[in-house]
Amino acid sequence: MAEVPAVVAAASSCEVDLGNLMAYDPSHHVVSAAAAASREELRQECLRKGTELAQAVADALFALPPSEDRDGPIVHLPPPTVRLPREKHLPKPKPPTKWELFAKAKGITKRKKNKREWDEQTQSWKRTYGYDRVNDDKDIPIVEAKLTDEPGVDPFAQRRDEKKKRVEKQEKNRLENLKKAAKIGALPSHIQLAAKALPITGTKADLPKKSRKEDLESVVGMASSATASGGKFDEKLPGEKPPKHSGKHRKFLPVAEGKGMGSLEKQQNDKILNSLLARNSDEPLDVGKAITMYKVKKEKQRRKEKDMSSKSDKLKPQKKPHKKSSKKKA
Amino acid sequence: MVAAIRVPKTQRARRELLKHAPKLVETSKKTLILHGTKTSAVLNSVLSDIYHLKRDNAVKYTKKNDNIRPFESGGESSLEFFSLKTDCSLIVYGSHSKKRPNNLILGRTYDHHIYDLVEVGVENYKSMESYVYDKKLAPKLGSKPFFAFIGEHFESAEELKHLKEVLLDLFKGEVVENLNLAGVDRIYVCTAISPTTVYIMHCALRLKRSGTSIPRMELVEVGPSMDLVVRRHRLPVESLKKEAMKTAEHAKKMKNVTKDPVKGKLGKVYMPDQQVGKLTLSNDVKGLKRERREAKKNNEDSKKQKVNPE
Repeated sequence: MAEVPAVVAAASSCEVDLGNLMAYDPSHHVVSAAAAASREELRQECLRKGTELAQAVADALFALPPSEDRDGPIVHLPPPTVRLPREKHLPKPKPPTKWELFAKAKGITKRKKNKREWDEQTQSWKRTYGYDRVNDDKDIPIVEAKLTDEPGVDPFAQRRDEKKKRVEKQEKNRLENLKKAAKIGALPSHIQLAAKALPITGTKADLPKKSRKEDLESVVGMASSATASGGKFDEKLPGEKPPKHSGKHRKFLPVAEGKGMGSLEKQQNDKILNSLLARNSDEPLDVGKAITMYKVKKEKQRRKEKDMSSKSDKLKPQKKPHKKSSKKKA
Repeated sequence: MVAAIRVPKTQRARRELLKHAPKLVETSKKTLILHGTKTSAVLNSVLSDIYHLKRDNAVKYTKKNDNIRPFESGGESSLEFFSLKTDCSLIVYGSHSKKRPNNLILGRTYDHHIYDLVEVGVENYKSMESYVYDKKLAPKLGSKPFFAFIGEHFESAEELKHLKEVLLDLFKGEVVENLNLAGVDRIYVCTAISPTTVYIMHCALRLKRSGTSIPRMELVEVGPSMDLVVRRHRLPVESLKKEAMKTAEHAKKMKNVTKDPVKGKLGKVYMPDQQVGKLTLSNDVKGLKRERREAKKNNEDSKKQKVNPE
């Protein structure tokens, strides 16, 4: 039953996707299950056609130039034409840390350090970092006193304290960098995957965002104060907090002269007046503005010239004669 | 946010987690095989056969699963969780009910969210055990299969077009660039016998001598074989599909480079602001060096001066 006469002739009309080792014959019409005399007949037909298609794939596959290997001939497959979806999103590049940005701006490059270093204290080779390292606090029996030392302060404890603070600071920096990375959705994978609460990807980006509590509160606040009375006589909702900025939004200084606050108004106006009236004010010429004005002027002039030249060309219909120029001529 | 940051405690756990990380070029998808509260003997056999075919890269759950209804909203959440837990992105879910006997749901996930689904009924099933053949021909585990799709319905019928893609994804095995020709030993023959039915059979390939460098192919059916009748199917959302079809080339898209048949490869160069003020100065800046010629001349002059007095 297994022996089916193979059809060597290549299938006439089949598409071969060598990347997936797939052949597809869209033209072949299979007798439908009901019409076929028996299941066995259908099976035979499928096997026959399948053999044909397998031969078509093999023809293409074995025609590829093979490279010999110990296990057999190896061929390089072309990329598949039937494209299938990914299982996960493309990995996102990690954003640079604050230090990396700084180092780049300053041109600081990483230098490799040896794993072991010579320790003067113990006169032996020790690790650069980690347990039992060079300059370990444990190996320092004596700290020399300085003139600036305060009495009653344990220098050993101080050293330990400083170290602890440095570690804490680094941890704070690390978290800060992670936060920044999380914001753009590029957390390192081991953290992203370990955190169960975080959504894995941006797949959910399409879903409408849940409004945050603060957003809702601010909207409620705006709505409740949007009456003529500023929401003074409105009924409050249960749990509604009073608006943060009630009433005044602008501060007017007293106009009447007096002590303290009274002179502020005058000072303010004096400052503005002085800057306007001063002959040698810091920047009498606004360069940016001047350049713009110059450019606009140039542009106008050029357009005028262009207009004139087009006017002289009689073949072209005059669509929009320049008003000013036409008046002058008339 | 910060409180939510957890990091694996051991290096080993870290390595394991990193295996689940998204990759630039994906090579294989894992398959999760599971069933609902009720199954039939046929379905049990189908699931174990599929597991047997994909044993190298599959996870099979043996317990009943209560609340999985992938086509209904909310019914996919535990499936998505299992997908996340086992890192599987191909799902084969079997269930058996009066309304839908011998029901098989083939699904794919993208980022551990359901990507698309096809529901098929299994009919005329013949298990692997029922086939008798020379065991020397049995396909090796994990070998790359051939595919043969026969019938115009794979193009004309929407659901079969979809099923074709899903079947290809499910059985294609590892994506490889280099293929050992000696390892070619199996083929899936899928025939569309009606606009809703696909007859799928698994065959071993025998390479016979033909007198040329291309061997003559011969098929030996090794099972399983079955009819898949499409019931419901859900195509991927268009935006999600676009996202999922991205490849490594998309990741590093070549910008500002155009190819011209006459001029060849053309590039545009944009110079960013150089920010000379922020430039770091080191000691070996070229501009600060004396020019060689100058130095030489100075040297010669001094020599001449030395020579002259004598």
